[in-house]
Amino acid sequence: MGGTVSANHDRSNLLEVRGLTKIFGTLTACDHIDLNIAKGEIHALLGENGAGKSTLVKMLFGSLEPNSGEIFWDGRAVKITSPGVAKKLGIGMVFQHFSLFEALTAAENIALSLNDGSPISTIAAKARALSFSYGLPLDPDSLVGDLSVGERQRIEIIRCLLQTPQLIILDEPTSVLTPQEADKLFETLERLRSEGKSILYISHRLEEVKRICDRATVLRHGKVVGHCNPREETAASLARMMVGSEVKAVVRAPAEGIETAPALLEIRGLSRKPATPFAIPLKNINLKVRVGEVIGIAGVAGNGQGEFFESISGEVLQQDAGSVRIRGKDAGGLSITGRRLMGAAFVPEERLGHGAAPRMKLSENLLLSRHATDGKAFVGSGGMVRNGAVYSAAQRIIKAMDVRKSAPDPEAAALSGGNLQKFIVGRELDRKPSVMVVNQPTWGVDAGAAAHIRQALIELARSGSAVLVISQDLDELFELSDGIAVMHNGELSTPLPIAEATFEKIGLLMGGAEPGHAEHSLEVA
Amino acid sequence: MDITVNILLTIATAATPLLIAAIGELVVERSGVLNLGVEGMMIMGAVGGFGAGYLTGSPWIGLLAAIIVGALFSLLFAVMTLSLATNQVATGLSLTLLGLGLSGMIGTTFVGQPGVRLPNLDIPGISSIPVVGKLIFGQDPVFYISIALTAAVMWFLFRTRTGLTLRSIGDSHTSAHALGIKVIRYRYLAVIFGGACAGLAGGHLSLVYTPQWVENMSAGRGWIALALVVFASWRPWRVLAGAYIFGAVWIGQLHAQAFGIPVPSQFLSSLPYLATIVVLVLISRNKRLTMMNTPASLGQPFVPDR
Repeated sequence: MGGTVSANHDRSNLLEVRGLTKIFGTLTACDHIDLNIAKGEIHALLGENGAGKSTLVKMLFGSLEPNSGEIFWDGRAVKITSPGVAKKLGIGMVFQHFSLFEALTAAENIALSLNDGSPISTIAAKARALSFSYGLPLDPDSLVGDLSVGERQRIEIIRCLLQTPQLIILDEPTSVLTPQEADKLFETLERLRSEGKSILYISHRLEEVKRICDRATVLRHGKVVGHCNPREETAASLARMMVGSEVKAVVRAPAEGIETAPALLEIRGLSRKPATPFAIPLKNINLKVRVGEVIGIAGVAGNGQGEFFESISGEVLQQDAGSVRIRGKDAGGLSITGRRLMGAAFVPEERLGHGAAPRMKLSENLLLSRHATDGKAFVGSGGMVRNGAVYSAAQRIIKAMDVRKSAPDPEAAALSGGNLQKFIVGRELDRKPSVMVVNQPTWGVDAGAAAHIRQALIELARSGSAVLVISQDLDELFELSDGIAVMHNGELSTPLPIAEATFEKIGLLMGGAEPGHAEHSLEVA
Repeated sequence: MDITVNILLTIATAATPLLIAAIGELVVERSGVLNLGVEGMMIMGAVGGFGAGYLTGSPWIGLLAAIIVGALFSLLFAVMTLSLATNQVATGLSLTLLGLGLSGMIGTTFVGQPGVRLPNLDIPGISSIPVVGKLIFGQDPVFYISIALTAAVMWFLFRTRTGLTLRSIGDSHTSAHALGIKVIRYRYLAVIFGGACAGLAGGHLSLVYTPQWVENMSAGRGWIALALVVFASWRPWRVLAGAYIFGAVWIGQLHAQAFGIPVPSQFLSSLPYLATIVVLVLISRNKRLTMMNTPASLGQPFVPDR
């Protein structure tokens, strides 16, 4: 194969991967992967969650050891046994998670990955200079724990660039950025390409791959299923390659008469002091979610969404009981169970450990969350649990949400992320709650399951409930919502009706433009 | 005047083993490992130090032996928790239990034997200067080691690249691993350093403080050292302050009991613990600073995925 596969015969490959395989227990995460990256190209690695993208790049960066296969760097066979070896070769990596130290400053974080022993002040000066030359301003003395996710990513990029790598691997870089920040990143990437550097760009966002990538390799279930030029493909054809089948589009019938409908969930002047030094305070939040409507909350991660969800769900109680009202009654002083009894339902962000107890069966997890609201059905006289009733209810949910599993009533941890999420959402939907609050409904869920969950949420709203969705995924919010509000630094903007909302407007609000002045700042930008 | 000087000297002697053991444990915890076996390593150091000193007649060899025994004993903990990824709390507790039992067994022949004592530093002419001479130039050698050790650890942790790397491992071992830092190797070295310090602290007990062997002579000092590290929010100079507050109130209550102050002796005996906790809680009220200094991955076993 080799040169015949490559579109450019005049450019030799910087990196060639032949038959790379990684096996975890019974799972083959990467199965004989072939990949060529030419000098000076932006190469996309596409695939759904769990397709093996992260495993592949971890092997390229030396954090994982392949079971078999070969890697050629500049035509030479190499063994990348540790991240140190990868760095020496000239491979740099910008991680999606877990690679900054929150309790250290930006400069210290950078110093840790450069093993040259130069003083921190020199490194800080270098980082500052480089960050300004690439238009990614950075304060080296700031503490990482205080920085926004976008700023943290700048540190990662600068840290990577300071090592003057030939190949830069970016793992889902835009999932935490506002659209405007992403634009800035694309400019930087194009500049790096013009300097002759190669970039391996991992993403599941097809539009941006079409926009900046020269070639793409598509993975599915650990195997390469195709190579293509993303500019010649449509988003739909790329999605088909990734998923392997057509993804059913979500249908959202227009909501009627929402303006006059009564509010089922009302937040009035909700404020909250930061619980920890790195937490975000909530500042005077006002919001109404009416009968029949889905309201989406957008925002870059870490702007107070988690704190907001905890306040609504009752994990944290409010001092002012009137700041959270469910079906017209004050609920701010009630616990989670109290709020559930008023007809509300909540799905937290973390599936395992928060949304479900990992080592307990699905039916037991069902009982845990609904023993109070469905006390009559699930608990008999003398406090005895009616196992039969709980079991059949669990089976009903499994059927309704199409949860795929290996045993009739498996432990929560035995399910894949998407299937567990379907069960957790289904568990709440099964109650027909009049208020439903969901945080990141489809994070890390495959496209098919995500469409199923979104459709179910829309149908719940149309049948007369109020649905509030907090999500970092703008595409999802545009698909689901009748109105989108943006959370920035603990403040919530007024919801924009979906007909008026655009990516640009929402993006500006996510970046901190003043609510209500979105139009004006759009012109300036 | 002489009484004051003597009291100050005894305070220093009481604080020194706490300081050394706590500084060692601070380095261990900064690397993200929680070793609850300080008491066990200390008592092993005490019996090893006494034994070597008794058999060779040299307190210096005794002190060296105390350090080595403490380090070797901590190696047991390191192999269990770092290479075999056992639970750090359970392993640390069993290390303490093992140390207390084993030292008692080893020490049966030493009970009642006269020990050797490390001589105080004595510089002719200078040490005889009133007050200052005795306080600054006439103490036991381990006192100077403890102060130098505290300064060295402060410098190491906050001024050197290796210290920065150690702190980063304590903050997030997964991030450190992703950067190619040898997490396990650093932690081994940190744990062994902590063991050596605990051993040295034990050696101070049986070679300086009370130069003899008594079963359980560490008397809970290892636990106090552990508590000091937490209450000092993992900052060396606060460990120093904490150790000396504890030492001062400890000696103070002994004198108070001797003078027959009409307060129940149980209350007086508990004063050092209370006072240390109160003072350290007061100085660690700044949540932000505490958060910044708390090793976030403390106590979590680390298994690198390969």
